Amino acid sequence: MITCEEVQERVQIPLAAECLSEERIAYLEKLVRQARTAAAVFTQFTQEDVDRIVKAMALAGLDQAQHLARLAVEETMLGVMEDKVIKNMVATEFVYNYIKDKRTVGIIREFPERNLAEVAEPIGVIFSITPITNPTSTVLFKCIMAIKTRNAVIFSPHPNAWRCCSEAVKIMYETALKHGAPEGVFACLESHTLQDNAYLMRHKDVGLIDATGGPGAVKAAYSSGKPALGVGPGNTPVYLEKTADVSTAVTDIILSKTFDNGTICASEQTAVIDDEIYDLVLKKFAELGAHICNEKEKELLARTVIDPKTGFMQPMAVGQKATDIARVAGLSVKPGTKLLIAPIQGVGREHPLSVEKLFPVLAVYRAKSVDEALKVCVDVNHAGGLGHTAVIFSRNDEVIRKFGEVMNAGRILVNSPGSVGAVGGVYNDLAPTFSFGCGTGGGNSTTDNVSIYHYLNIKRVARRTQAHMWFRVPNQIYFNLNAVENVHQFPSKSTIIITNPALEKFGHVDIVRRYVPVGTHVHVSVIPDAEPEIKVVMQGVEALNFYKADQIIALGGGSVIDAAKIMKLKYESPDADLEELAAPFLDLRKRVIQYPTEKINRARLIAISTTSGTGSEVTPFAVLTDKERGRKVTLADYSLSPDVAIVDPQFVMSMPKALTADTGIDCLTHALEAGVSSYASAYTDSNAMQAIRMVFKYLPIAYEHPGDEEARSMMHNAACIAAMAFSNASVGVNHALAHAFGARFSVAHGRANALMLPHVIAYNASVPTKFLPSPYQKGYIAHKKYATIADLLGLGGHTIEEKVKNLVAATEQLLDQLGFPRSIADLGISQEEFKRAMPELTKLAFDDPSWRSNPRMPLMSELADLFWKAYQGRGLAKVAGVSQQQTFQQQTA
Amino acid sequence: MAMIAVWRKIDEERIVQALQEAGEKLGSIEGEVALDLSSVRRIDPSALRALEEFAGMADDKGVKVVLRGVNVGVYKVLKLVKLGSRFSFVS
Repeated sequence: MITCEEVQERVQIPLAAECLSEERIAYLEKLVRQARTAAAVFTQFTQEDVDRIVKAMALAGLDQAQHLARLAVEETMLGVMEDKVIKNMVATEFVYNYIKDKRTVGIIREFPERNLAEVAEPIGVIFSITPITNPTSTVLFKCIMAIKTRNAVIFSPHPNAWRCCSEAVKIMYETALKHGAPEGVFACLESHTLQDNAYLMRHKDVGLIDATGGPGAVKAAYSSGKPALGVGPGNTPVYLEKTADVSTAVTDIILSKTFDNGTICASEQTAVIDDEIYDLVLKKFAELGAHICNEKEKELLARTVIDPKTGFMQPMAVGQKATDIARVAGLSVKPGTKLLIAPIQGVGREHPLSVEKLFPVLAVYRAKSVDEALKVCVDVNHAGGLGHTAVIFSRNDEVIRKFGEVMNAGRILVNSPGSVGAVGGVYNDLAPTFSFGCGTGGGNSTTDNVSIYHYLNIKRVARRTQAHMWFRVPNQIYFNLNAVENVHQFPSKSTIIITNPALEKFGHVDIVRRYVPVGTHVHVSVIPDAEPEIKVVMQGVEALNFYKADQIIALGGGSVIDAAKIMKLKYESPDADLEELAAPFLDLRKRVIQYPTEKINRARLIAISTTSGTGSEVTPFAVLTDKERGRKVTLADYSLSPDVAIVDPQFVMSMPKALTADTGIDCLTHALEAGVSSYASAYTDSNAMQAIRMVFKYLPIAYEHPGDEEARSMMHNAACIAAMAFSNASVGVNHALAHAFGARFSVAHGRANALMLPHVIAYNASVPTKFLPSPYQKGYIAHKKYATIADLLGLGGHTIEEKVKNLVAATEQLLDQLGFPRSIADLGISQEEFKRAMPELTKLAFDDPSWRSNPRMPLMSELADLFWKAYQGRGLAKVAGVSQQQTFQQQTA
Repeated sequence: MAMIAVWRKIDEERIVQALQEAGEKLGSIEGEVALDLSSVRRIDPSALRALEEFAGMADDKGVKVVLRGVNVGVYKVLKLVKLGSRFSFVS
């Protein structure tokens, strides 16, 4: 004897069973070694090689079907020889027919539209336990599956079916070898013990256990710690609903229940019959050779075929003829009786015949309603048949649907016999099998009819997909001086102009009114010049409803246009929940919340911008202030984009210098961030680059010479063009920082952007500490894109580093020209105050969705570092003796 | 520095015999023996056994075995039967 420690070492896990003799272990090791070698060699075979062998094996199995069936019946003394011939033929011919054209070598399936390919990898060595009830058919089936999938199998047949099974293995092995299969591909354990099974189940070179058999074998397989296919017992209910074709149902059930004397575990065990057809069904059963037991006969039968101690069927009854069972039970039945039918009044231990009976005895139950019938079927299902098979005969689709919902069964068969139906390929399109997966209900890993794909590791080769991108903007954009005239071409019965007091005062509203088609009712709604509040929006919606508006003209800066977007949304879809629509998302196409598509009103939105920065006239964004909760609600969806954008410089000629600078830098930030965004595309790049060129050229002129029409016009266009870029490529970390800082210290958005911008360019142009997943771009390219921008601006430089440096310098210079404060310290914010605010600032910035498209994923410490850089500016402000990294760590400690 | 003493070309058709012949000559080799398997497209169980035996004999005689030109299919087989570590591989 070898020691338990040695066994443990070989099998890698402790053995509960007694240790095996050294000779026995050597024998088992030899089997595994041969199988491992065969499986390894098999990996070199092509699809054509295995298909050739499989075909030969199927033919050999068919040729020997009767011989093997006879052997099986002689040895096991179960079942019907003729039926076992059919089983052997199904296991070869039907299985072959099902798998012959299926690929199991190399690429087995391709999904070009998803850039996915599935590639087969054999398992290697499979340890297979086969049952007494379907011995040779199960072996034939598993041998063919194994060759088709290039695996080696070691069989462990039921001890009382060893001779017939080893004969089946021999026939398959010799045929396979003759046609080129590797030596050692199949082996059948010589007389074996549970310890042999335990040893092989735990062997490190066994890749999979395929246990078809009783609960003990299945449980042992699953307990081994190896991947296992374990399929076990059933308890199939069959429901005969009142609309069933009684003749077909009764014939099918008799066929199924008597097939191989009921040894297939999917065969019907209890028939639940609607009251309306109960008598007819039983009459039909009797006509076709069934014996209907009376109460006394039922008790005699139960005592004979069910073990009163365990409540399970008596093994001696399995696979026996109805007449033999009747004789043993002391029942007087006609010669040739096919089936014994026992009426029962319930399911469970008090009704012994309600359990699984792998012999021609069928329990029947009279149900007063569909509801009762379904409940009894559920009871049968739960009395040992979970996950296995359930059958219904009905012509009522609704009842069939309900049955399918309530039964926990891997196979729910409709208007067909349980046993032959579940095997698959005969009455339906299920995969032909001799292993029925019973799902978790049956303690199994699958509900499938076990087939070739369960004998493979399926590898997925996933190619990088070219993500679908878009470029979405309003379908009509009118620009240049007097573009507002185009308002006249939009017919309307009722138009509401949303604007702010200053624009009304300047006469801008009158200009717009001039071009509204004659006959249109026009109402002007003046809202405060500030980020819109919910209250203001709802007042606007009231007005839209009151005037039954079919057109909204938003005349103003970002606040007015944003308000109009939200008013339109609530006017068209009053049930839209703004809180819900503002839910965060990572990818617009995969967001959880969808914007409403059903609209009770429809209004065209014409956006006329009166500032040259936000670009709200073309963006799909709107920001709302929720004063009650003290926060902002950001909405983003292309349905918010205005229908028409008008970019007419006459409305910006009177913009004050500070506003010109603030909005101009906002525009530049949009373009720069869209340019290096991980969502950037050639479409957005063209807009971003053009906008950057226009800002660098015309913003200083518009700032210094506000009356310069060309500069004003170009800046107005630049803002719109930059907005088209960031509407589709989004922005970046600059906006996240500016939002947080602006909100905390009440600093205008453009000004906050300006304070961060040079530092963010330098930050994004350096190698990221952390890369952000981005399927849209190949490699890290932000620094190269900044260099391209520098080239476009003619800033000079030979290397990428030089060009980036020149871009930062040019940006600094522009900000100086525009008179921006050059550090946060310059705003009069003390270092102490800023330090105190730092944890909140970094949290706010990190929570801001703007950076999700940034080329670098900002760490919290990096956000703090950027804030401190902005505080210090170009070193003009003194942050004496403070290590920024340290400060952040202290603050967050 | 070890010297490669013998280069031996192995034909797919007669792998077992070639390995047996090479095994017989192992006694006269010092250092390394290189087997050229570049013409072997597939390997079968008998060839694997012969390779394993050859590796055993080489171990006994303190000779390193270098396999040259092994295709990836055969290489995978050697890994699966855990023979890979018994050899050195060169392209």
